Amino acid sequence: MSQESMNLTLKIWRQANASVKGEMVEYKVSEISDHMSFLEMMDVLNEQLVAKNEEPVAFDHDCREGICGSCSMHINGESHGPDKAVTTCQLHMRSFNDGDTIHIEPWRAKAFPVIKDLMVDRSSFDRIQHAGGFISVNTSGNTQDANAIPIRKEDADMAMDAATCIGCGACVATCKNASAMLFVGAKVSQFALLPQGQVEAKERVQNMVAQMDKEGFGACTNTGACEVECPKGISISNIARMNREYLSATITK
Amino acid sequence: MSTLDSKVPKGDIADKWTNYKNKIDLVNPANKRNIDVIVVGTGLAGGSAAATLAELGYNVKAFCYQDSPRRAHSIAAQGGINAAKNYQGDGDSAYRLFYDTVKGGDYRSREANVYRLAEVSTNIIDQCVAQGVPFARDYGGLLDNRSFGGVLVSRTFYAKGQTGQQLLLGCYSAMNRQIARGKIEMHNRHEMLDVVKVDGKARGIIARNLVTGEIERHSAHAVVIASGGYGNVYFLSTNAMGSNTTAAWKVHKKGAYFANPCYTQIHPTCIPRSGDYQSKLTLMSESLRNDGRIWVPKNLEDVEAIRNGTKKPTDLSEEERDYYLERRYPAFGNLVPRDVASRAAKERCDAGYGVNATGEAVYLDFKSAIERYGKEQAKLQNLDNASQEKITELGAAIVKAKYGNLFQMYEKIVAEDPYKTPMMIYPATHYTMGGVWVDYNLMTTIPGCYAIGEANFSDHGANRLGASALMQGLADGYFVLPYTIGDYLSHDIRTGKIPTDTPEFEAAEKDVKERIEFFVNNKGTHSVDYYHKILGKIMWEKVGMSRNETGLKEAIAEIKALREDFWKNVSVPGGSDQVNAELEKAGRVADFLELGELFATDALNRNESCGGHFREESVELDGEQKGEAKRKDDEYAYVAAWEYKGEPSEAVLHKEQLEFNDIELKQRSYK
Ligand SMILES: Cc1cc2nc3c(=O)[nH]c(=O)nc-3n(C[C@H](O)[C@H](O)[C@H](O)COP(=O)(O)OP(=O)(O)OC[C@H]3O[C@@H](n4cnc5c(N)ncnc54)[C@H](O)[C@@H]3O)c2cc1C
Ligand code: SF4
Ligand code: FES
Repeated sequence: MSQESMNLTLKIWRQANASVKGEMVEYKVSEISDHMSFLEMMDVLNEQLVAKNEEPVAFDHDCREGICGSCSMHINGESHGPDKAVTTCQLHMRSFNDGDTIHIEPWRAKAFPVIKDLMVDRSSFDRIQHAGGFISVNTSGNTQDANAIPIRKEDADMAMDAATCIGCGACVATCKNASAMLFVGAKVSQFALLPQGQVEAKERVQNMVAQMDKEGFGACTNTGACEVECPKGISISNIARMNREYLSATITK
Repeated sequence: MSTLDSKVPKGDIADKWTNYKNKIDLVNPANKRNIDVIVVGTGLAGGSAAATLAELGYNVKAFCYQDSPRRAHSIAAQGGINAAKNYQGDGDSAYRLFYDTVKGGDYRSREANVYRLAEVSTNIIDQCVAQGVPFARDYGGLLDNRSFGGVLVSRTFYAKGQTGQQLLLGCYSAMNRQIARGKIEMHNRHEMLDVVKVDGKARGIIARNLVTGEIERHSAHAVVIASGGYGNVYFLSTNAMGSNTTAAWKVHKKGAYFANPCYTQIHPTCIPRSGDYQSKLTLMSESLRNDGRIWVPKNLEDVEAIRNGTKKPTDLSEEERDYYLERRYPAFGNLVPRDVASRAAKERCDAGYGVNATGEAVYLDFKSAIERYGKEQAKLQNLDNASQEKITELGAAIVKAKYGNLFQMYEKIVAEDPYKTPMMIYPATHYTMGGVWVDYNLMTTIPGCYAIGEANFSDHGANRLGASALMQGLADGYFVLPYTIGDYLSHDIRTGKIPTDTPEFEAAEKDVKERIEFFVNNKGTHSVDYYHKILGKIMWEKVGMSRNETGLKEAIAEIKALREDFWKNVSVPGGSDQVNAELEKAGRVADFLELGELFATDALNRNESCGGHFREESVELDGEQKGEAKRKDDEYAYVAAWEYKGEPSEAVLHKEQLEFNDIELKQRSYK
């Protein structure tokens, strides 16, 4: 049903920076159209705050079309909010009703410290990738022809599915253990499924897992919550594949 | 007026790059360790350049405003990347790709650069596959291709609808390897706010740490600008929210000429604006035009009835619909190039035929395609008396297989089912062909300052072909810049580290700090977005899809007045020593307010219609092409490179005359 003008109560986590305590603060917004995206609703709120010379709510966002992985809000207890298979920026206000109260919080995880308000530090994800998320090939201009090694379509498609991870961190935020296994499993799987990834496979999985542990992410207890909240539908079969890779790397090394 | 030296090497076009590379000065590996290079931006262009320069042994410092290089705007590219691999055996070659690109650019690009681009395109695919980029493959395990943007060969490589993402993650992985080795020092959440020149050469930048607010000095022997395009000067565009012109504009103000700012690509198939709160626009892939038919109602009464909800588009009979592209361009129909399709949509909407509440939308209808595919399938499956329902079901399944993810995206945003009711689309700003002027080496007019990717004025002339931006970004970063920069840096092997405690850094830092302090202390009344939206409206209405002298002159005056008001009344809450998104936006919009004026000035100067730039004064007056764009090769076959002189209105024009030795100039015709 179309609602052109909703009035909403927002309860938003406000925290000036990493070293001070935060709290939930209540705001009201009105005349919210159901065609608006969730972030456009946040823009309306922020314009109101700026008009009063108050500090707007800080949050990460950039592409606003579900692909850069910047946006990261925990909405009414769910990572990226109530809709399935969408990021926060793709969520639309038609998923809410007039009079609703919406709770908005940042990702909560030890490895994702809050920077300000709803903005968190996800550099731990980058450091896991530095540890092994690459294939060691130089840009020489005389790499062998791309069609020299045929790759089974099924494998290429599965590698692609794993590679679509946007690095948003919803899997971590939704997991009661704050585990990063889905994120790491996706990268390990992408390369494990491709011939180009074989040479460094053992070191890769070991190094990435070691870095993940070092960053303070929790252990995986197979609750499957990550897969449910992942906006890109990354399958937990990638975690199983990573576990197999890890096991074989430790046995044969 | 001076002429610009493009430094294009002599010789046959097919041999230029090879011969040039063979003669270029090299830096020996031991010396590379003593040389620092700054790369601003880590999209496809900057990311590939940073990784390759680090592999070669230079010390790279890379900067991006996002929290990770993996989030650069390049991530959003959907359709694909071109390369003249000729895997399909359909007659493709470097020459053909070169030819298509020059023609597509309406003969306003530099031949030698485009040829080189086409030549190295094949290496890109090899490189990406070696990095583990999962391009689409066929059942034989080989790479698949699609045809894109109305060209005659299938040369576009793709990874589902997420090609940009996969290519960028490839660059990101190559960067990660170098970050781990300590060869790239990555500065995330940093924004470059000025370039620093020492003895006329680019020797560093001033950057703001976007978390702490600290203003930092960084020095290097060369500075590479890879900061993307400036489409957000229109406020609404398909670009990411943070895409901006600041880095490019700052180097312009310090001496780099800015070329062809008026060349903008307005993409015909985007999801229309739904209201004033709209923050950005979403692209729907061009491929939809292969099967969708574009129309508006013939009668204004029907338009009215659709807008007030008394009629649905599906209620209108064939006779009541105006398939205006098919009517005007019988030969190409719905597949006319992007600029032609965009202007035609605007023409109908300006005449009052827009089909949504804002009056800015036309239909893209798949009914005929569903019907056609349905009948085909029924025949294939030997269903002689298939019901209409069955035919629709069969046809919809085919359409779903081809465009399922796009239809789903549309439905998520608009909440309408495009299988049942036609999609609504409208043109939106998408890409900027103009940018910082560079020579054959990709060096700007500041020695030691380079520009690559969408940030330079590059290889696309007045109009870019689909799937060519990704190709250009990666060609620049992986295969061109790493060679050409060596020629320059070979003179710096004895220079030693560039100190930052010098008057030049001091002065640049002071300017940056003053501007920031102005913003946070100004007791203004209007938000940054208030100004950005007004600027966007001026640009869209007067410097948009169709331009004329009166409108452009008004735009120049209005932008100037708006800029003055901005510097008096802008309001930026919060402090400078913290995360402050309003402050970041203020700096970017301040630069857009200057660029916008130069943009309009350039459009005014170019009294011809070419590619994405359409001047109402320059149309064919009679014959078959009556009313269509008229290019004027005698007067305007040049690159307009503008030199900054204090105010955008005082910019001085320099011309780089374009020579076409290998391609004959022709008028485009789609009738
Ligand atoms: C929706 C969409 C779809 C597209 N699809 C295609 C396609 O299918 N095929 C194709 O060929 N092209 C496509 N394009 C065009 C193409 O994506 C871009 O032209 C290209 O990715 C630009 O790459 P880039 O590296 O030059 O810049 P960007 O990817 O824009 O990167 C800019 C970088 O600069 C940084 N930056 C900017 N300013 C500063 C600053 N002041 N300080 C520090 N860092 C800064 C950013 O953080 C970022 O890292 C598409 C574009 C859009 C919008
Ligand atoms: S696995 Fe899914 S939820 Fe986790 S970072 Fe990747 S895209 Fe986000
Ligand atoms: S803003 Fe890019 S995924 Fe949401």
